[in-house]
Amino acid sequence: MIKAWFKSGAPWIWLTAGAVSINLILVVGLLGLIAVRGLGHFWPADIVEYHYQDSKGQSIIIGEEVATALLPEAQAKAAGHEVLNNAEYLVQFLVKTGNRDILGSDFRWIQEQYIQQKTEPEDLIAIERREWGNFYGRLLAVKESGAVIAQGEQAWNTAQEKLLKLLELHDQVDDLQDHEVAAINYNLERLRLKQRALELKNQWNDTVSQEFAAQKQAYEQQYQAIQQKLAELNREIKRTSLVVVDANQKEISVPLGRVVKLTRPNAMSLFDKSIEYVSAFITFITDEPREANTEGGIFPAIFGTVLMVLLMAIVVTPFGVIAAVYLREYAKQGLITRIIRIAVNNLAGVPSIVYGVFGLGFFVYILGGSIDRMFFPESAPAPVFGTPGLLWASLTLALLTLPVVIVATEEGLSRIPKSIREGSLALGATKAETLWRTVLPMASPAIMTGLILAVARAAGEVAPLMLVGVVKLAPTLPLDGNFPYLHLDRKFMHLGFHVYDVGFQSPNVEAARPLVYATSLLLVMVIVGLNMFAIAIRNNLREKFRALEN
Amino acid sequence: MTTVQTPTHAIDINMLKKNDKAVAQHNNDTCIRVQDLNLFYGDKQALFDINLEMPRKKVTAYIGPSGCGKSTLLRCINRMNDLVDGVSIKGKILLDNEDIYDKSVNVAALRRRVGMVFQKPNPFPKTIYENVAYGLRIQGINDRHVLDEVVEKSLRGAALWDEVKNRLNDNALGMSGGQQQRLVIARAIAIEPEVILLDEPASALDPISTLKIEELINELKDKYTIVIVTHNMQQAARVSDYTAFMYMGELIEFGETSELFTNPAKKQTEDYITGRYG
Repeated sequence: MIKAWFKSGAPWIWLTAGAVSINLILVVGLLGLIAVRGLGHFWPADIVEYHYQDSKGQSIIIGEEVATALLPEAQAKAAGHEVLNNAEYLVQFLVKTGNRDILGSDFRWIQEQYIQQKTEPEDLIAIERREWGNFYGRLLAVKESGAVIAQGEQAWNTAQEKLLKLLELHDQVDDLQDHEVAAINYNLERLRLKQRALELKNQWNDTVSQEFAAQKQAYEQQYQAIQQKLAELNREIKRTSLVVVDANQKEISVPLGRVVKLTRPNAMSLFDKSIEYVSAFITFITDEPREANTEGGIFPAIFGTVLMVLLMAIVVTPFGVIAAVYLREYAKQGLITRIIRIAVNNLAGVPSIVYGVFGLGFFVYILGGSIDRMFFPESAPAPVFGTPGLLWASLTLALLTLPVVIVATEEGLSRIPKSIREGSLALGATKAETLWRTVLPMASPAIMTGLILAVARAAGEVAPLMLVGVVKLAPTLPLDGNFPYLHLDRKFMHLGFHVYDVGFQSPNVEAARPLVYATSLLLVMVIVGLNMFAIAIRNNLREKFRALEN
Repeated sequence: MTTVQTPTHAIDINMLKKNDKAVAQHNNDTCIRVQDLNLFYGDKQALFDINLEMPRKKVTAYIGPSGCGKSTLLRCINRMNDLVDGVSIKGKILLDNEDIYDKSVNVAALRRRVGMVFQKPNPFPKTIYENVAYGLRIQGINDRHVLDEVVEKSLRGAALWDEVKNRLNDNALGMSGGQQQRLVIARAIAIEPEVILLDEPASALDPISTLKIEELINELKDKYTIVIVTHNMQQAARVSDYTAFMYMGELIEFGETSELFTNPAKKQTEDYITGRYG
């Protein structure tokens, strides 16, 4: 009976299906965990007011309850905690109390046994500030130029209105700084480099000098004008402030210009919270990071990741395809070709950090250094390409993913039936024409498969990037409005490195934790998105060249 | 093949030569002349001293059991064997009195003069139109009017126009096998070769499609010199003017089809056409 069952092959079907199921569960579970933890972060949490009585006396604590921990009695006692009422466990809550400027830290553990009362009053407000993290407390009044303009229940509406206006002004300031001031600085720097270049060539004379001085002055004037506008805006922004009290009734003035968001989560309906949630998520993916990457968004990291992967794809595809075409179509299939093929396959197994070291040594120092000496002598001693940057990161990753593309393309080329090649040759096409007009188009789905694998690998790679171009905070995007628009020499941010930086290099661990999940989720989404894009192209091509199936 | 006879070495060479002369007398206009052709795959010899003259604008059929070298000989005429690793060829093939194995010959140009249709239909995964236009585009002809004209003419020539004129931009792979094979013929005649080589063109097709291909061959021979390899002796008898019987890499007998089938000069030929070989 059992023997017959074994013979039927059913156990093997179960075994293989079981393996697939376990894999599937692992993948779904992993993504689920990241998604729940990451996406949960944006939900506006309720603010709780605790009346707290411990050995240090009575106090009031306001904050968001973030986590719960159960500590067995023995362990709690060993850790120096007092356990009341012979409880089996010591129940602790982690509360995000915010108000780092007053309390010194954002988070605090409190024990359930000391809580006398726990309420969620609707008038509690959360203020997301540009620095010092969140503030939790109550709003008393709104002041403009020192005079109170609204109080009590009115204060809330007035504050919201004023905040909207100020945020608009803030956008204007950012716009001026990011575009106009940046452009002037960029042009001044170019002017300086031009001057230096002329000096090096001994072509610097009085006429040129005057010309340059005039240009410089024009920029200075522009700068002054913008500066004035900025000063005006800043004065306007600074005029308004909020008067708030913290948990212990201490009065504090918060300049409204330093506020990003003002909410009363306890008074929000589910619908309001949903809207708030979506807007928080959008802010996260479109905004720039603040406060050592623990606040704000991750847009520069998303942008850097995508741009680098695209550049990598642009470099690796032609190289890989050309190499594969030579190996498969032209090279004599002998010992040397076989050795080359083995070498290519082995390249795929080299640890990625080794590529990083190679990229730093060869691309950055040797290649970049030579480029600097030859083309940018005027910027010495500051390096242009002789320092890690976007170009070198893309090239290093292209090198890393080259074997994948070569192998996949070779596979595709070998699958093109001989009869198709002969058909083309019999019509008087040369080998090159046959390749170009028939074989390569038919192999294009395979090439895309290689590219998909390459993209998946490159987008997730972090280790080599740390050596050849990724930084924790890049002041400018590698793509902007200043000629030549795409700045391959700039350093950039990357989601993978951002996860590492926020998770493990951050001074504020508790605040950073949800961001690690959220950023990981974004990284996975970016990779999935890039892959989907490539897969869509490939399926389109496959549809076109379905001949191969028979 | 179950019972293969060992090749008899007592081939009457004189008889063969006489036969050749007879052909030459019949038709002075020789298109392709094979002279003392020997072909080796590495160390293994596949063709032995082939001498053959194929007259212009006639259909010549090669018959013989599998592996006798008839396809190999056919593929020598447009130098398709060059693609096989380790092939070496001795002897000459003269196309209009020019040796196609001469070093000065441009192989791509030769293949434009000698078109070929393969055993299995091999249209490109492109539209019907682009399949026919392929050879012209290779030559750098991209003028839409010229292409339109040639595509129509070629498809008419291959008796396919009426079936596909409304779907020229459909993928060629959506056609039936017989249509695909005629498309491949249209593709070959689009570049107006002198010679068309057909390598068992109907072996993968159903009887009706086969019939159509045979009718087509009959029409095409007015304009082209045709060489066809076939397993099917009835087919050879139906479509060809001359027939060459090959066995184990040697040309056993060559003559007018009517003569060869009714009155074979060789015992081997007779055995084969009466079905005594496997």
